[in-house]
Amino acid sequence: MPLHTRHLLGLEGMKREDIQLILDTAVSFREVLERPIKKVPPLQGKTIANLFFENSTRTRLSFELAERRLSADVLGFAASGSSVAKGETLKDTARNIEAMKIDMVVIRHSAAGAPHYLSRVIRSNVINAGDGAHEHPTQGLLDMYTIREKLGRLEGLHVCILGDISHSRVARSNIFGLLTMGAKVSVCGPATMMPRGIENLGVEVYHHLDDVLPRIDVLNVLRIQMERDAGRLFPSIREYHNFYGVTRQRLEKAGRDITVMHPGPINRDVEISADVADGEHSVILQQVLNGVAIRMAVLYLLSSMN
Amino acid sequence: MRQLKAVIIDEAGMERTITRLAHEILERNRGAGNIVVVGIRTRGEFIARRVAATIERVERVALQIGYLDITLYRDDLLGKLEQPQLKGTEILFDITGKDVILVDDVLYTGRTIRAALDELMDLGRPRTIQLAVLVDRGHRQVPIRADYVGKNVPTSSAESIRVHVREVDQEDAVLLMHPETPEP
Repeated sequence: MPLHTRHLLGLEGMKREDIQLILDTAVSFREVLERPIKKVPPLQGKTIANLFFENSTRTRLSFELAERRLSADVLGFAASGSSVAKGETLKDTARNIEAMKIDMVVIRHSAAGAPHYLSRVIRSNVINAGDGAHEHPTQGLLDMYTIREKLGRLEGLHVCILGDISHSRVARSNIFGLLTMGAKVSVCGPATMMPRGIENLGVEVYHHLDDVLPRIDVLNVLRIQMERDAGRLFPSIREYHNFYGVTRQRLEKAGRDITVMHPGPINRDVEISADVADGEHSVILQQVLNGVAIRMAVLYLLSSMN
Repeated sequence: MRQLKAVIIDEAGMERTITRLAHEILERNRGAGNIVVVGIRTRGEFIARRVAATIERVERVALQIGYLDITLYRDDLLGKLEQPQLKGTEILFDITGKDVILVDDVLYTGRTIRAALDELMDLGRPRTIQLAVLVDRGHRQVPIRADYVGKNVPTSSAESIRVHVREVDQEDAVLLMHPETPEP
């Protein structure tokens, strides 16, 4: 039973059975990652280009590792110091790379919709590794995988996403994916970080962390993106931490066993306190490991969709 | 639709064949001391379980048993439209230094076994790998032979063999089917 799509551009509108297939397939790859030789041959002879027009360490390493562990050949590309700096368009860059006979493209770009555009102008399978504030589908999938691994299901769980919802592609991919899989989703954060009309997506909106904590099973903590000038959205880091920082004390007061996630990289003692990040509620490092398995599953499943 | 040509092994025959395979394995290995059993998914999994259960009964030992999903090691994966669903490999023990009894239902082209050998080698370094199959139907495309064969069945490559196991198909039987006839 194959996927219903040739590309992974976002989780919005993705069929439930496709998400299910990716999550189930990732279980097999998770097992491969525990082997003495963590490499299997299904993508032998395939070439994958990683086009990262925007900085990334974790996602880029994770994709590269997933590609190598499937035995694909990997092409790297970073926008700085490349022909992009000389003014080449996205279309020309991609077509030139594709002319070298590649099979799949993984793209990260600061412009929302760049992967969608690319999928229309090149023949390769396109995987969105984050486009602007739009979507980051493999992050959404690995978050769902991690929740399912920890709690055994997604259906009927209540997941809250905390932080700067407006500027978060992680939040959007999680919302679309989790709602499709039958989870209940809330968002929490200051009004300046809440996009207008967010409740129309089918999520509940909270502005006080202590209100939502007693109701939820999972808390997905977003990073405060200081590099995107988040400083103008709240008075000070200390104030943000006082109102929205996830601390052990807060979690204990909620009286529930809440699983805490974070897409990384963490600002310790800003959005999450160090003892929570390293504590027994946290599945942050499992997310990183599961990310490789999810990306292997996505690459493997898309590789047969030509 | 394929029509039934012959019942090659029936319910009682299956029992006897598996018992004989188990005894041959024990004889060749002088007991079950260093043996682990690995079945190839999906039908080989059930045959492996029964072979292992028989060995356990005869020798009064507990055997380690695992299952191999060779999908990721297939040589026809690229360019194939129907991508098979992964069922996953489950070998929760170290095969290094062991005598691995690899079990499958039907030995045909040998390509599945080639893939299984590659995957096993990636999982560790067994002392030996021995192949046990319920049916050998010939038509090898790679130089592979079985160490233990339940039954040799000469077939034409247009025919097909169906292995039914109680756990999935409600009956134990090996059936030889006529070549596919076009719908009238």
